[in-house]
Amino acid sequence: MIASGTIGRGLHRVRSILPSVPPQRRRTYLFAYGFLAPIVALFAFLRIFPIVYTVILGFFNWSLVSPDHTFVGLDNFINLLSDPNFQTAFINTTIIALGTTVVSIALAFFVAAVVAYGGGKIGGLIEILFFLPVVTPLVPATLGWRSILDYQHGVLNAIFGVFGIPNQAWTTDPTLAIVSVIMISVWAQVGYNMIILLVGMRSIPRLYYEAAAVDGASTWRQFRHITFPLMVPILLFVTVITTIQAYNVFTQVFVLASDVQGAPGYLVPVLVYDIFQNGFRYFNFGYAAAEAVYLFLVVIVLMLLQFRLFNRPTD
Amino acid sequence: MIQRRRFSIIRFVIQVILVAVGLVMVFPLFWLISTSLRPAPELLATPPQLLPQHWTLDNYANAVAAAPFGTWLLNSLIFATISTLFILLTSLVGGYILAKFKFPGNSFLFILILATAIVPFEIYMLPVFLEVQALSLINTLPGLILPYVILSYGIFFMRQNVLASVPDELLDAARIDGLSETGIMIRLVSRLLAPAISALAIFAYLQSWTAFIWPLLVLNDQKLFPVQLGLAQFNSSVSVNYAVLSAGAVVAMAPTVIAFLVLRRRIIEGVTLTGFR
Repeated sequence: MIASGTIGRGLHRVRSILPSVPPQRRRTYLFAYGFLAPIVALFAFLRIFPIVYTVILGFFNWSLVSPDHTFVGLDNFINLLSDPNFQTAFINTTIIALGTTVVSIALAFFVAAVVAYGGGKIGGLIEILFFLPVVTPLVPATLGWRSILDYQHGVLNAIFGVFGIPNQAWTTDPTLAIVSVIMISVWAQVGYNMIILLVGMRSIPRLYYEAAAVDGASTWRQFRHITFPLMVPILLFVTVITTIQAYNVFTQVFVLASDVQGAPGYLVPVLVYDIFQNGFRYFNFGYAAAEAVYLFLVVIVLMLLQFRLFNRPTD
Repeated sequence: MIQRRRFSIIRFVIQVILVAVGLVMVFPLFWLISTSLRPAPELLATPPQLLPQHWTLDNYANAVAAAPFGTWLLNSLIFATISTLFILLTSLVGGYILAKFKFPGNSFLFILILATAIVPFEIYMLPVFLEVQALSLINTLPGLILPYVILSYGIFFMRQNVLASVPDELLDAARIDGLSETGIMIRLVSRLLAPAISALAIFAYLQSWTAFIWPLLVLNDQKLFPVQLGLAQFNSSVSVNYAVLSAGAVVAMAPTVIAFLVLRRRIIEGVTLTGFR
């Protein structure tokens, strides 16, 4: 009722505009609609429909290989909650996401602060060194890491050996494999976070610091009372982006568990891998979609959190 | 004076630490290159040596002989180029129209595009697979490229740039001069937006060059693989050692790493400009 009223009013508005506008204006409308239509169609087909359809699929028992698609209500969503694979995947993914976010942002903040306030001439070099991993595709990068983390011939265990620490099974021990995934994720993310934080720090007017210095504020106090509060919105942005990214961890896990020289690594169960497994190995699309919906909920919560905190009045 | 000197010593120490951490950051890349240049027996050296004792390019020859890296690189090139061109076109046109034309539904559409921009592909990949299957495009290059022809964030980004750097007066002047709407878009707007376009192009290219999960889902014919998927498969094939594997990895990462080293100012500016990755 309300909706149709709104559409009716919209149509009415268009009709009332069209006859009154000169032919020139009408041509511009035709232009706008004509060019926008295919883009909107693609957008609807490749983004809106799949997102909505993921939720719908979650309510079905939907096999990829047979034509039986039955509506099962909330069954998939409820069954997932007691599915040990899903539970493990959810916990692991959360640990990886938190670990990646905390470590990569702390490190990025430190590096950005040094480059912005005490970098001198090395700023450019640091940018290159830290940003290279961001543009390196994850498959070769993880292969490089895998060789570094190798139990017998890896560089990391060799360095540990110098300090008398015994060899660690970085890719085959379930706990250490999670640590390894976090390490790779941090490595791939920190340069991006640093660049974004650096832009934020450089946009803080020098005048603020000069005024504080005149008033006798120490470097630490300047940092604590000028830099930090002004950086909160950007930190928040970077935190949310990193957490969402890290929740979708897949490639690192997939490649780290791959079989090199007959030595497969431990497969860290993560959400996207479990979705992939349920959908494309067991052809259970409904179940996999329900799992994707849970991942979607995590993303939505993170976004709402950001909006909430963003709109908080500054104190 | 003393305090000043102490401060600069601390600063120096911190800078040294920073460069050291920076070297750790590039170590995996260095290690891949170094491993790819050593003969197989040296892989077993304990402790591992930083540089090969006998330098060799055999691993590259072996990798290229054992797997179709040339084809895979070409597939990646086709994938990334077509995807980038489409994303530029749809983002520029969509962003321009959303920014400069008032029509019912404009702001609703804008909010919808912005809202979907943050949703990761992994969340809705299952229905996209079903769509591509319904179009009989599974295991084809068009099926691989299809989900990569638009970028919600690209449309949003272009709209913001049009608002910021294309004044209405200029558009009106062009209209009075008799330029068609299409002409305005192609000749005028795209020129004014050149920096934004190049930033978006870099992002789009990187996105498809590094894509992994979608190619994994949609392709099973090895001849169609982009290089990342090809490398992942090469990695689990029999009789591959780390030296040959590293050679393949270097081949797969070289294009983006070299592009970054050449265009690094541009790329870093692009990231700060677009704010996405």
